[in-house]
Amino acid sequence: MTVELAASHGRRPEVVVPENSPLTIRGLTVSYGHKPAVFSVDMTVMPGAMTAIIGPNGAGKSTLLKAALGIAKPLSGQVRVFGKPLDRQRARVAYVPQRASVDWDFPTRVIDVVVMGLYRQLGLLGRLRASHRARAMECLDRVGMTDFADRQIGQLSGGQQQRVFLARALAQDADLYLLDEPFAGVDAATEKAIIGVLKSLRAEGRTVVAVHHDLATVRDYFDNVFLINAAKVAEGPVDTTFTAENLQAAYGGRLATAQVDQLAQVLA
Amino acid sequence: MIGSEFVPLSLTPLLIGIFAAVACALPGNFLVLRRQALIGDAISHVVLPGIVVAFLATGVISSWPMMLGAAGAAIVAVVLIEAIRRLGRIEPGAAMGVVFTSMFAGGVLLLELSDTSNVHLDVEHALFGNLESLIWLDATGWASLLDREALLGLPVELPRMAATLLAVAVFILLFWRPLKLSTFDEGFARTLGIRTGLLGLALVIAAAVAAVAAFDAVGSIIVIAMFICPPAAARMMTNRLEHQIAWSVVFATASAIAGYVLAGYGPLWFGGQDAVSAAGMIATVSGVILALAAGFGPCRTRSGAPQGG
Repeated sequence: MTVELAASHGRRPEVVVPENSPLTIRGLTVSYGHKPAVFSVDMTVMPGAMTAIIGPNGAGKSTLLKAALGIAKPLSGQVRVFGKPLDRQRARVAYVPQRASVDWDFPTRVIDVVVMGLYRQLGLLGRLRASHRARAMECLDRVGMTDFADRQIGQLSGGQQQRVFLARALAQDADLYLLDEPFAGVDAATEKAIIGVLKSLRAEGRTVVAVHHDLATVRDYFDNVFLINAAKVAEGPVDTTFTAENLQAAYGGRLATAQVDQLAQVLA
Repeated sequence: MIGSEFVPLSLTPLLIGIFAAVACALPGNFLVLRRQALIGDAISHVVLPGIVVAFLATGVISSWPMMLGAAGAAIVAVVLIEAIRRLGRIEPGAAMGVVFTSMFAGGVLLLELSDTSNVHLDVEHALFGNLESLIWLDATGWASLLDREALLGLPVELPRMAATLLAVAVFILLFWRPLKLSTFDEGFARTLGIRTGLLGLALVIAAAVAAVAAFDAVGSIIVIAMFICPPAAARMMTNRLEHQIAWSVVFATASAIAGYVLAGYGPLWFGGQDAVSAAGMIATVSGVILALAAGFGPCRTRSGAPQGG
């Protein structure tokens, strides 16, 4: 039933897809169990810009990202990365998962985690050369973590762990960066460092899409917003789309009073 | 100890013990980090119905059909565990518990229903194997290692266990990077195009092969202990996976040697008469090493446990 509905929904007249959109999603439905987490979502990411995916808890933000990356299996829908199926474009996509999704007690050092970002270059048995190491150190330098290269990852603070994850994504040298809550639970210095790196990626012409939870910083950090609550609510430039009406539609009654106050200030 | 006594009586059991211990400890490193360590326990239990079925099918007690039966049962169990975990949405530990207890129970039932009471299929053999009996009677001393005729008389378990160890080691070396990556961060590994589901299954099958081969030679006690104790102890010695693997090999080897020697001579030193089970003693030594590592290892403190959400 759900599948049918989603499928018919996805067949409606196509929205115009801009040439070479880094990420285009059509009619995407993902379900855990019976309730769809993401329902018939269309998304068109603009190249060379920073896009925030926004919505209440459980609105399917992470799931949308995971489905775009092929980690979550969709019931229906299409994902195109730079106009082609993901499998042929993996080298052009970098991913920063939620920090809490891995066990930081894993026996490995900071530098080893960054080197993981070079996997597609190294392959199964390729030798790790000095140039690879230098590249990894360069990425650590970009997030201000060179001093920690030889630390065990469990010894890092939350913010430092997040920077290491970002450095690993930088090592992937991708054109499209997908980040899942990169600012969740990090200190102010880390937040500043991360946004600095993301803006420099944009300046290099790369595209950044981040699941974001802090409505107060959307205007400062991002060019575009994508509002979702299982289904898509709105999509577009911050100036025209990040409005009180759209937020109300996305969050419904779930927007906490504190957030509403905060927003009133921001949007005033 | 002189060669003419050591080579025929102790060399082969010692080597088989070492190979079995290391072959189980190697995949155990990844299983422990993936919180799948129980799978070793599961595999060594489901081996019983496999062996019984193989016996019923062939009517003889012979190594190869039983190895095949055991391997088949292990694979059936692995597939069942995955199926129950995915379809039933049950946590992996519980899925394993359900599968291995019911398959083991099925094996016991089969054993009782069929006429196997007159053959040598018993619980003690399944638990402890008979490492001490794997002797090399054709050997007369160290020179026999170069004597082709004597080498032909080697217990079949030795080349079989050596080949198993080699296969497991090659698998881990070949897939080192994706194994490490997908054990640490499965989602990220998938975005790189690594087939994490398939790789996880291959790891479990490698563990199953090691378990079945070791079970045949040394019984299930060693299998269960070696999957967990050396890797867990090694984790507390270092913060690098590469070094952890090396430590686990050292600990597995040390357990096998110390356990074998203690089982043979320990009771005599304490005034006892008979030797005790080598397999039991090897497992015990590995437990003692784990306890020592937990007490004194340099990397015992854990700080990065995953937070909720």
